[in-house]
Amino acid sequence: MSVDTASTGSSSGVGPGRPAPREGGRSPRAGRVSSTGDRIFLGLSSGSAILIMAILAGVAIFLIIKALPAITANWQTNSALSEGPTAGFPNFWAYVAPLLWGTIWSAVIALILGAPVAVGIALFISHYAPRRLAGALGYLVDLLAAVPSIVFGLWGIIVIRPFLLPLERFLNEYLGWIPLFSGEVSTTGSTILAGGVVLAVMMLPIITAITREIFLQTPRLHEEAALALGATRWEMVRLSVFPYARSGMVSAILLGLGRALGETMAIALIISPSILFSAALVTEGRNSQTIAANIALNFPIATDLQRSALIGTGLMLFVVSFGVNFLARAIVARTGPGAARRQRPAKRTA
Amino acid sequence: MTAGTLSDTREPRPRVNTLTTGQLPRLIELWLVLASAVITGLGLLLVGFNLTGWLVLTALVYLLAIGVASGLVESRRKATDRVIRGVVTAAFLLAVAPLISTLVTVVMQGIGQLNWTFITQTGGSKFNMDTLKVVNTPGALQAVVGTLLITGIAALISVPIGILTAVYLTEYALVRSPLRRAVTFLVDVMTGIPSIVAGLFAFSLFSLIVGPKAFSGFSASIALCVLMIPIVVRSTEEMLRLVPMELREASYALGVTKALTIIKIVLRTAASGIVTGVVLAVARVIGETAPIFIAASFTDNFNANPFAGPMQTLPVLAYTGYKFPGQDIAASNASAWGAALLLVILVIIFNLSARIVARLFAPKGAR
Repeated sequence: MSVDTASTGSSSGVGPGRPAPREGGRSPRAGRVSSTGDRIFLGLSSGSAILIMAILAGVAIFLIIKALPAITANWQTNSALSEGPTAGFPNFWAYVAPLLWGTIWSAVIALILGAPVAVGIALFISHYAPRRLAGALGYLVDLLAAVPSIVFGLWGIIVIRPFLLPLERFLNEYLGWIPLFSGEVSTTGSTILAGGVVLAVMMLPIITAITREIFLQTPRLHEEAALALGATRWEMVRLSVFPYARSGMVSAILLGLGRALGETMAIALIISPSILFSAALVTEGRNSQTIAANIALNFPIATDLQRSALIGTGLMLFVVSFGVNFLARAIVARTGPGAARRQRPAKRTA
Repeated sequence: MTAGTLSDTREPRPRVNTLTTGQLPRLIELWLVLASAVITGLGLLLVGFNLTGWLVLTALVYLLAIGVASGLVESRRKATDRVIRGVVTAAFLLAVAPLISTLVTVVMQGIGQLNWTFITQTGGSKFNMDTLKVVNTPGALQAVVGTLLITGIAALISVPIGILTAVYLTEYALVRSPLRRAVTFLVDVMTGIPSIVAGLFAFSLFSLIVGPKAFSGFSASIALCVLMIPIVVRSTEEMLRLVPMELREASYALGVTKALTIIKIVLRTAASGIVTGVVLAVARVIGETAPIFIAASFTDNFNANPFAGPMQTLPVLAYTGYKFPGQDIAASNASAWGAALLLVILVIIFNLSARIVARLFAPKGAR
């Protein structure tokens, strides 16, 4: 249990229907809060709580301070910005827009490939696998989350790229009339499809861990009622588990999306990109670049002002992933089973 | 007589067990898997065998076969059920494949590189002035030292902050207090910060304080803190919630102050869980590449001073070995794999020790 929650990091925030938070504030005040040790300890702990807010604010503030020179600069006349990694863009927004597109596009590819599999795994572990094995199998999937992203990146280079090549050639040859697969097919495999596959693998453990928790929290009586009516296992899942877990699944997938948006190394190592709007899956050199990979590739060679432009793109990434995470949490808080129980206790127990 | 012949000619009605008719035999799934594996295997042998194609085809043939068989013998609903069961199982196997493939690849590629000299020698390419040649020495000492220093400092900073925040959230804050809700929410959001943004934050912070030469190990530690604190808060909070209320009440009843109760009773009861969470958090951030790469840059020089100059780390060594290789590209790639294997071994050590701590020091009677 401890291993699960720690390795998924965020699962507890999403899992609805957990035991209600133990209400620390209502605990007996122990008479004297006035002793010096008490006051110091209270100060320390609430101080670090406030520090966390300060850090998050600091992230936003310092990024804005460093990014402003590049955002406000005139990119056409500025000599520092008209060369190197930032060359050829009229202003900051023209630079960040294709990068933003590439970031979202690669994450969406990963999501389409990974999310169904992840939900399937969660279902397998929670409702299909033999009860005794379930824990061990869950741990196996959690191990995926422990593998450092750089290792997945290297693995993508030498395993996934050649592995996908035949498929990419096939798609290009026979389905090339679909814009997605058109263009000159890659010879090395450095395509955004390969990047998306690796991202999907990295997303799996996050989505699986959260959905598994939620599937397991489906009220036992709902499941048994469905089975008692003669439902097959799948019908039971469809009738009692999915409706209960729907919002949790949505937010788990959004959290997975957030992870994929910010993932750097897999994309930076695998795809061979250029900064443009492109949806082509199987070409190389004309893939859309992502924000994070672009920063990782160009940061060491960039000059001061170019770095500030890169930091500006990082700020945009921060905003987008903040938005996605915000949405995920809001969905759980608004529509999660926990929320429903809080609002209509009578209906639930009836 | 007629009655006798009649009854003789009528065939005895077969005994039907109504509970098992219309059902496939119990081990049908196993047999069908084997059968489809053999059939597709033989089929593929004719056109040229490949492992992936074989596995995928086996799965498809099996799903088709079980669907048709169950549809014919049982009912449509059961057929759906069996197909879904097959799909879900296949999804799980599909996820295990990359895990095994990754680990095998890392070990195969890295094992030739990994030896005692690799760990204890500062590597990189040096230009020899006398022979005018670039000499490449394999070695990762600078990266091992950098990784341990940066992660160690990050842990030193974020563990107290994380634990104290968790104490505040569970022990002090009122349930409906706005600060508590804000902090809980922000910690959730912080877990979703892209790691590279944390690196950019640290770089921005230090370039404003120190100036243009902002790369340092300490800066990378700060970046890791941003990623590590929310993990520590989450896991510690979880553990503190598990401490029974009765323990606190017993302590209060003896007249112990709140701070002492938290330190001596609550934290001590939850200690093994907290340590496990912390170790797992360390294992999590030790493999982070992007933030360290941005904040501490990379170097071939040995630098054990976290407060000045770029610092090499294992994940960054693995990254630069591929993306910014030296003159001898093969050697750079090889040391990248060596670093990756070393990193995986470190992560495994941390994960195992977390499990051992959890097992050994679990509070008695918790399970």
